[in-house]
Parts: sequence; structure tokens; C-alpha cells
Amino acid sequence: MYAEKRETIAAIATAVSDSGIGIVRISGDEAIPVADRIYRNARGEKALKQYDSHTIHYGFIVEEDGSVIDEVMLSVMKAPKSYTAEDTVEINCHGGILMMRKILDLVIRSGARAAEPGEFTKRAFLNGRIDLSEAEAVMDIIHAKNEFALKSSVRQLKGSVSDTVKEIRADLIHEIAFIEAALDDPEHFDLESEGYDEMLLRKIEKIDRQIQRLIHSADDGRILTEGINTVIVGKPNAGKSSLLNVLVGEERAIVTDVAGTTRDILEETVNIGGILFRILDTAGIRSTKDVVEKIGVERAAKAVSEADLVLYVIDSSVPFDENDKKILEMIKEKNTIVLLNKSDLSAVVSQDMIRSFLSGIKDLNVNTIIKTSTKDKMGIDLFLDTVREIFFRGDIAYNDEVYITNARHKEALQEAHESLMQVRQSIENRMPEDFYTIDMMSAYASLGRIIGEEVGEDLVNEIFGKFCMGK
Amino acid sequence: MLQNKIQTDVCVVGAGHAGCEAALACARLGLDTVIFTVSVDSIALMPCNPNVGGTSKGHLVREIDALGGEMGKNIDKTFIQSKMLNKSKGPAVHSLRAQADKAEYSRQMRKVLENQEHLTIRQAEVCELLTESCENKPENCTATKRIVGVKTYTGAVYECKAVILCTGTYLKARCLCGEAITYTGPNGLQAANHLSDSLRSLGIELRRFKTGTPARMDGRTIDYSRMEEQFGDERVVPFSFSTDPEDVQIDQVSCWLTYTNEKTHEIIRANLDRSPIYAGIIEGTGPRYCPSIEDKVVKFADKDRHQVFIEPEGLHTNEMYVGGMSSSLPEDVQIAMYRTVPGLENCRIVRNAYAIEYDCIDARQLYPSLEFKDIAGLFSGGQFNGSSGYEEAAAQGLIAGINAAMMILGREPVILDRSQAYIGVLIDDLVTKKSLEPYRMMTSRAEYRLLLRQDNADLRLREIGCRTGLVSREVYEATLHKKELIEDEITRLKHTIVGAARENQDFLISHGSAELKTGMSLADLMCRPELSYEILSEIDRDRKPLPADVIEQVEIEIKYEGYLVRQQRQVEQFKKMERKRIPPDIDYNDVASLRLEARQKLIAYRPVSVGQASRISGVSPADISVLLVYLEKYGRQESNGSKE
Repeated sequence: MYAEKRETIAAIATAVSDSGIGIVRISGDEAIPVADRIYRNARGEKALKQYDSHTIHYGFIVEEDGSVIDEVMLSVMKAPKSYTAEDTVEINCHGGILMMRKILDLVIRSGARAAEPGEFTKRAFLNGRIDLSEAEAVMDIIHAKNEFALKSSVRQLKGSVSDTVKEIRADLIHEIAFIEAALDDPEHFDLESEGYDEMLLRKIEKIDRQIQRLIHSADDGRILTEGINTVIVGKPNAGKSSLLNVLVGEERAIVTDVAGTTRDILEETVNIGGILFRILDTAGIRSTKDVVEKIGVERAAKAVSEADLVLYVIDSSVPFDENDKKILEMIKEKNTIVLLNKSDLSAVVSQDMIRSFLSGIKDLNVNTIIKTSTKDKMGIDLFLDTVREIFFRGDIAYNDEVYITNARHKEALQEAHESLMQVRQSIENRMPEDFYTIDMMSAYASLGRIIGEEVGEDLVNEIFGKFCMGK
Repeated sequence: MLQNKIQTDVCVVGAGHAGCEAALACARLGLDTVIFTVSVDSIALMPCNPNVGGTSKGHLVREIDALGGEMGKNIDKTFIQSKMLNKSKGPAVHSLRAQADKAEYSRQMRKVLENQEHLTIRQAEVCELLTESCENKPENCTATKRIVGVKTYTGAVYECKAVILCTGTYLKARCLCGEAITYTGPNGLQAANHLSDSLRSLGIELRRFKTGTPARMDGRTIDYSRMEEQFGDERVVPFSFSTDPEDVQIDQVSCWLTYTNEKTHEIIRANLDRSPIYAGIIEGTGPRYCPSIEDKVVKFADKDRHQVFIEPEGLHTNEMYVGGMSSSLPEDVQIAMYRTVPGLENCRIVRNAYAIEYDCIDARQLYPSLEFKDIAGLFSGGQFNGSSGYEEAAAQGLIAGINAAMMILGREPVILDRSQAYIGVLIDDLVTKKSLEPYRMMTSRAEYRLLLRQDNADLRLREIGCRTGLVSREVYEATLHKKELIEDEITRLKHTIVGAARENQDFLISHGSAELKTGMSLADLMCRPELSYEILSEIDRDRKPLPADVIEQVEIEIKYEGYLVRQQRQVEQFKKMERKRIPPDIDYNDVASLRLEARQKLIAYRPVSVGQASRISGVSPADISVLLVYLEKYGRQESNGSKE
């Protein structure tokens, strides 16, 4: 019931860095024809197929309509002398991460599929390129990358997208179950009733429109929220919002500014030295009986638990209290930068006091304590340098899987769309109903991949749950 | 104490639909076989519905027949009404269903067993399995014990090489009818109360499942004028590929359709507290696909009526089966409830409806060959494996029988995969997936169902039947000949081009079909919904007469070619993973990168292939990737080792 998998794979092969140069790698039997479809040499000619193995070339990536989207260096490595021992093309582009994503999309449209996490390494091993002694490491990489991708795809999938996908799947499985119940118990359920096919056709078209909207969102990168998940915490009035404002104001390169979905958490995406940060400003944390504020605090705790990086803002003019203990409890296993804010005012809290206060908490992972004043922007540069530094040192496990995840999601949506087109055709060709459900089930399975759900016994459960079966 | 000691090859425990197929398969393959039953009168008993076949179950019967089993032949001899279901739908979901004369079905099967060479029928309760520890294990054997015989309640010992458990619903069976509880098997037959303990002591895990059956009525007390009559098909199609279609054109009996109503539902609701299920007396899990009438009324409260089918139990009895109204309510509630149904106002019950609970296993303790992973030589099939239905039972019995024989004969087991047969889907689901209720076959469970049609079971499986030895060379060659005729005719139709001559255009117009602009093959014309092989005969001048079953295949293959090719491609993908075998002695603890859940599941269920592993819930695609890398490493080490 599942669509067949194309065997040539592609992904962004470089980690996100501030250099802005990245590699899109294509591997598999079709790697050269796929790249040939989108590459032109310096004279604007289609020339890739003539290139020798292990050569590098200057040229351009062009879209289907011939428009140039990036200037690139492209290298060709023919099987078996490549990392994966398959035909491999690497496109070195320098238009930054957005450009890499655009090129990856184009590569996938041209016949490759998004690589699974760790798939290049897996292929390299299965094709005998990697020594037996490295097998354990290969398995570790596959395991780790998948765990990461899983975490990020669930965490970074936007709520509205996952709601829509769930809704579509519920619609689909219900119709499939209706047809299958009728096929299973034909004396009980009647499909011959007037107009069922037309009704289904309209429903399929409606679902397909929803899917197409999602595909467009994926084109614009609006399916996933990108960036390092950063959460600002602190007591009320410590200067959290000012910090966010300074960060946003400092940097003109705001990619998106998404208003918080909840009234108590604000979210901004900020580009600091080429790295995307998705920064959440949480409600101030203090014990309270106010229901609304309580919910805000609970949400803050949840945001912290999911964060890659925590910015703990302390008002150095106010002494430590119970609320700080509460915060420390929340952040004790997180990568944290402590900002001693309001350092322009007379400090009642010193760095030493903090150190001793923090040392009481086991496992606290505080990388740095920085004195700042968001009011006169003191210490902000130091703070930004620190962020960059710990990022490139690898302390923050940032997930470049997010871009490939976006590509995989889009591919799944595309497959679902194609399956539904098949259903439409079956209905229009007056095929019997049992042909519809096969492709409807494929669409259901494809969509499931986006939200990380398998098909399992869903159909059987829906049939028995919704339709009274059996003699 | 002196013991009655007998030597044989195979012991089959139970003579229901699974046991009969298992025993016949072994005996026909030349092995000395003893089949045990608590009552010789209950051989091939149909204690519930009087049907064989139905959606997807009809497919199973066809496949059993193609592999050399008995069920199809037996129902062809004993049916009293027959219908091809879903005829207006695609060929993949056409399903044959017959009403059986129950007594006749049972008697005929008994006759076949009694006259089978190498087969002995023995009325006795098997109460213990005899095993020895597997010290000198054959290579690749992971079992810790090996079967050496069985012991009966009366003290006889049968030494044997294989045992096939087909105990149905008899193990520690308990029947419930309201407050009245009896410790009996179906139909008031003696339960088997001793074997469970022996199985447990061998480390087999048992669980309780539950099922139920409706009342049987005295047909003289039913007013059929208040019901809709349901006829059989005018032209009956036999189940067995070996039955001459002319032999099954018999006078058929009718069934009757009526409905429950609000009054019925009121009585049920008012007495729910007296239902053993709702009162919590039943511990077993019942099937959702044939719910009791109590369940239907509670779970689908918005429905104001439910269908009731009145079906004859046979030609020589007045008893009528009340399909759709199984129940475990007390007798007084039953009679009141049945009497609210139009046509049943004055009915008299012959046998009460009841629920039955029994011991069975989670079949994940078995290999796809249906042999226990931990006990070499022990096989099982049927409801004991957690399935339901006569056809599901027979299919497993046949495979368990074949594989017990293959083991003894030192041959490879016969394992059908999900792309070959419904039997493959059935067994793979049973031995791979977690199931909380008796498992029933459904066409939607078969992902490649367009290829697994009831009409092509012979083309799919005769070869395997022949290789196994249950299908004669002669029969197989007839199938090969059929295949050839089909292929030749398809090729001819694809290469015969029809031109735009006037007579052809007139022909097309007369059938409401678009005129030709250029030449087109007959095959392409056949793909038009308004045209068919038969209609095209008018313009197909070179056509030679072909048997109906060949024409049927030609038509399906051409009309649905696009869909069939697509599924065929998916099957190829699927087969890649099925072919990657996992060595039985693999140590998953050595595969450090597996997630904990996956590792636990893999250790517990020991899948035989990467494909099977991928279908275990809790094993993710990433775990499969890790496993593939591990197997590659393992393979390279092995080949390095052998070089040294």
C-alpha cells in the first residue's frame, strides 16, 4: 500500500555554519541525471554528463523555467570511488541556508528523494566503503541522527500543521473504513446508494486542496519552526523582554516574526552571526495564586524542558529568593547562559554569590555568567560572542536535520497528493470502490510519516469502532 | 505400571477444521499420523455459523484448495446454498460463501479421514506433551526442548516426532448463558481440562479468549412470511479448482432476513446486569467483528435496528441459525428478546445462545512455519493460535501439517509471504502482531489484495502445492497449461490492432464507445469501461474458443493492468526485506544502537527476516537501518571467518 521509494537520495551535507557555504549532496544511480537537470556550466550549457569522475566545475543551478538561482561549484564522483560508493554529485553553494534549502527542493523535484537520517553513512557501510571496525560507529550515527530527527520533527512541526494533518487523516480513514466495512459485510452496508462516488470525489478534492496548501507552506518553510530553541527565563521585571527587544533590534536580519500562539509566550526568530535562534520570551516566574499567571508559569516550565539553550536573566539589583530556586530547579540540566542584568544599578547580587548559589544545584550546566545592562546595551556584544562560541564548540546540539525534515515532509505531502490524484482518476474511470481505498490508504500512510504515526491497526480499529459489523 | 505405548510419526490434537487439514496433510505426505478428538462424532464440527467462505474467508478456502487441502472439496459436496459476494465490485473482493449442511459436512470429512491411508482416528483426551531437552541441537536450532510424544488421559503414550495442537475452543472451556455456567466445550461437548497445565509447565504462555454463538430455533415455529427471502446464485461457482462446475448446480435452500427493533433493544438494556460480560464474569476478550447483540445495542445505541439472518443448519433438520444475535444473556431474557423480532414471535429455542471462553496462545511464540520457537517438533493451528473462523483454522492446520511433515522429512518449511497468499497475511499477522481479540481475516488486511484474488489462487499456489507433494504433477501441469493459454491470449490481444474501418467505428458507436482516430489494440479497447472481452468478439475475428476461467484471467489482467503492475512493483520492494534473513542465533544485546524497546521486542519475538522485524510494533525504520548494518557486519565477519 505504500508508494515505492526512489533510490537516489539527497540532503544538505554540511553543518550549519556562519560561513554561509554549504553542500547539497546527491547519491545513487540517478545522481548524475538528476543533477544534470538543474546544472548549467559557465556558458549556460548542459554539460554535466561529460564530466570525468573526481572533477570540480564552476556553473549555475537553474530552476525548471531556466532562471538561475545560485552560482555554484559542483563536483562529480562516480561509483565506486565516492563516500557512498555510488555515483555522487556535490553542489557547493554559497547563498546561505535558505539557498541550500531551495536547491535541495529542486533536486528532489528533479528525481531524488530526501535522505533518511544517517542514510549516506548507512549506504557507505552497506556498499563496503566503510571498514568493518567502524560498524559500531555507523550504527551509533544512524541511531543518534534518527533520535534527533524524530525529536525535532515532532517538536518543530507547527501545531497548526500537525492539526491539519491529523484532521485530514481522520477524514481519510473514516471514508476508507466506510468502504471497507461495506466490502467486508456487503449484506449490511450499501455503497450503491445514490451519489456516494460524487460525494467521495468532492471530499477527495477538498482534502487534496488542504494538502496542496500544506505543500505551498512547505515551499516557504512555514511547516517547521527553525532555529535553535532558546528560552528566556527569569523573575518578573528582570529584563527578559528588554533582552529580547535588544536582540531583535540589534539584528536587522529577522527572518520571521511569529506572534506567540499563547498570550504569555512571545516568539521571535533572530539571526545571530548566521545562526538562527528561535527565542521564546516566557512569563516571569513567581509563585502565584492567579490562575492565568499560573498557566503562564507552567508553560514556561514546558518551554524550558524542550529548549536547546536557556537564557536566565537575573535582576542583579534584587536579592535571591524562593522564585530563583524554582527557576534553578527548572533549568538544572540545560545549557544555560546567566545574564546578570541591570548591572548599571547598584548590584545586590554579585557573580560570586551566583556561583555559590548555583553550586548548590547538582548537574547545573551553566556555561557562562555575563554582566549586562539591556538598558544601555552593555555586555550584549560579549553575550553574542559567547552564544556563537558555544554553538560552534558544539555545546548546543543544533539540528540541521530540520532542513532535511522539511524536505521529507514535503515529499510525504507530495506523495499523498499523487495518491489522491490516483483515487480521483479511479473514481472518474468508474473503477469499483475497492480500488479507491488502496490509494487512499497510501495517502494516509504518507501523511502519517509527517506526524510520526504508523498505520498499524488504524483501519481495523476504525471499521470496528464506527461501523457495527458482523452477524 | 504397564503402559500402552504406540509409535507413530505425527500426533494431531483435535479434529476440528485445523486438525483435519493438518492430519490429512501429514498422512498424504506418507507419515504415520494419529488424530485425537474428545468425540469422534464431532470431527469437522461447525459449532457456530452454518457457512463456509465469505469475504476474504472464501479466498482462504480457495488457497487451501490450491495447496491440496480438503475444505473446498468438502463444502462443494455438502453446500445447500451458495453466493458470490461483492460481484458488483472489483475482482479482488469477490468472495464465495456457501451455506453448509452441517451434519453432512462433518460426516463427509469424517469419511475422508477414515479412508485416508496412514491416518488413525483416536477418541481420547491428550493430557500431556512429552519432551526431552535439546542437548545435541542441530545447527541454527534455538529451541531448548524437543517433542517426543503425547500422553492420553487413559494412560496411553504415543511416541512421535511431531505434535500439532489444534485444540480449538476446548482447552479449559467454560460456557456461559446468563447465570448458568457449564465447564464444557462447544455444543455441550466435553472440555479438555488437563492439557493446559502441561503446556504451561513447558513454558508456553496461555491466555483467555472468548467468543459466542446465537440460539438455534425450531424452524416450524418461525413465520417466514414476515421476513425477506434470500436466494443463492443462479449459477453456482465451486470452491475447489478440482470440482466440475456442473456438479454444483443443485436445488438450493433459502435464507431469511429480518430485523431487531426498539423493543428488542429495550429488553436487552433492561437485563444487561444479568449478562456475564457486563457483570464482569467473563474475563476473556471477545471479537469486535462479531459482537453479541448486547454489544451492538450498547456500542451502537443510535441504531434503531440490526439485521438478523435466519439460516438453515442442514437439509435433515428443522433447526435454524439466528445470525446476528449471539448472546450470553440468561435463557428467559433470550426467549423474550428473540420473540420481539418479526417472524420469531412464536419461536421455540432448540439450543440456547451462549458465550464460550477458552485457553489459547499469543501466536508470537511461533515461527511463521507455525512451529513453537522454543519446542522443536511442536506445531499449532486454528483457534488455539488466537484466530477465529473455520477457514482461518483450516488454513493454519494445513500449513502446520505441511511443516510438521517437512520437518520430519528433513525438508525446508513452506512459508507463504504476504504477497503470495491470504494465508501468508493471516499467519504473518498472527506470529508478528499483537492481537487483543480472536483474529479474523479481512480483505483490507492484505496490502497486495489486487494480486491475491480468489480467482487466481490456483495460478499462485498450485506450484507450491505440487512441490510440497499434496498436489499431483498432473493437476499442476493443467495449471501450467492454463497459465500458458492466458499469457498467449493477452499477447495476442495486445498485438492485434483494430483499424478505423467503418464497421469497427459502427461497432464502437453501437456500444456507446468513442470512435477510433488511429489504430488501437484490442487490449487497449478492452480497458474502456463500456467494452469487454465478450463484446469485442464481434470485431475480433481470429479469436479461438477458450475456457471460461482463462477468459476471466485475461479480462482481469488487461482491464486492471495499471493497478496490478503498480502492486507488483510494491511487492518487489517488499520482497527485498523479506529475503534478508536474520540468523536465528543473533544476539540483539550485541547491537548496541538499537533502541531499548526495539531490542526487547526483537529478543522476545525473534523475527526470521528483516521484513518481519519491520512489522513488529515498536521497531522503527531507524532500528531497521541499524539492524541492516549489523547484519552486513555479521555477514562480512562470517565470510572473513570462512576464508581463514
